[in-house]
Amino acid sequence: MNTPPDGASTRFDHPDMVLCPGGPMLLRGKHTIMDADGVEHETTRPVTAVCRCDKSASFPWCDGTHKVLPDRLRPA
Amino acid sequence: MQIPQPRGPLTEALFSALRSVSDDFYSVLAVGSSDGEDAALALWVLYELHYLGFDDVPDALEWDPQLLRLRSVLERDLELRLRERFTAPQGLSVVDDLLDWVDEQDGASVAGHVHRYADREQVIELLRVRSIYHLKESDPVAWVVPRLGVAAKAALMELQFDEYGNGDPNRLHHHLYARGMEASGLEASYGAHIDEAPLEVLEQNNAMSLFGLHRRLRGAALGHLAAFEATSSLPSRRMAQGLERLGFPAEMVEYYTEHLEADAVHEQLAVRTICGGLLADEPELAEDVWFGAFTCLDLEDRFAQAMLERWGLGEERQEEVA
Repeated sequence: MNTPPDGASTRFDHPDMVLCPGGPMLLRGKHTIMDADGVEHETTRPVTAVCRCDKSASFPWCDGTHKVLPDRLRPA
Repeated sequence: MQIPQPRGPLTEALFSALRSVSDDFYSVLAVGSSDGEDAALALWVLYELHYLGFDDVPDALEWDPQLLRLRSVLERDLELRLRERFTAPQGLSVVDDLLDWVDEQDGASVAGHVHRYADREQVIELLRVRSIYHLKESDPVAWVVPRLGVAAKAALMELQFDEYGNGDPNRLHHHLYARGMEASGLEASYGAHIDEAPLEVLEQNNAMSLFGLHRRLRGAALGHLAAFEATSSLPSRRMAQGLERLGFPAEMVEYYTEHLEADAVHEQLAVRTICGGLLADEPELAEDVWFGAFTCLDLEDRFAQAMLERWGLGEERQEEVA
């Protein structure tokens, strides 16, 4: 039997924002993001991936485009 | 859903026994094992008893010991064949390296073909056979939830909640697919196109049910999920553009545009919080996570090759659209 070791007192990391190495920023919760042209975009899902490479065709949301960029153009 | 058409001696015997009022399956067990589509379809039908079942089969047969016995024989063959194809990558960490590892794998792609070249009939054929999974999207991995520790369980539910529409049935992913099919003039009921499903589709489905239904394979189930999500965003963009090129209705396109954004989130969650959470509790499952991830990509590659060959595309063209 597998007995997960989590004790009842364990506190887990659950940040509101996560910077994914080489990829997007994950954003938990409901937010409004204003892009460079002043247009507001509302998040619609519990966790949203926000583009950090500036190359997404769904900007400001991530569409996976960072994966086809050379390493030097990917976010840190 | 009705029991499908049989494809060999095992499914002939099994399907006729399932439809009869008797619960004596010794005659089916006597047929012994089978292979190819016959074995895959038999296993698929036995698994479906755990999902929505069949209109012409009593619900009580879900837990019939003789059927479970047959299921386990077929599962053992399947798992053995899947494991024979797998070599664990050395020196890689799931959390840090899985996404890059997935990108480096160079499988065939139907999305690339749909994007630029496929004709309407080919896409309709693809939508029909893909429906075998997409109309029960996320269901196989739902079996895994009660088998996880706190962090991995919460993480999997964060992803699954989005898959199931965040409480809004209109946003539930398999319902989006059904709406897209219906708008495209295709039969959208669960399992409607099973008789056309090629071996590769049956095996993809069966592998997910195998991983989902066996607690010991929870690592493989979550590795499969991670690889599945990590190969979805970019192909979904190509699918959406191909469907628009061919004039498919907005509902069908929307299924794929939803996935290109949703799965850009899900791939990160699947690797970092879901597989990461699992392996923090149970690091010895890392190899199973890789096994599930490999199997996902391997089965999709075999599916894509089979479809591209069926459409008359040679290897050169397969590489061009990869």
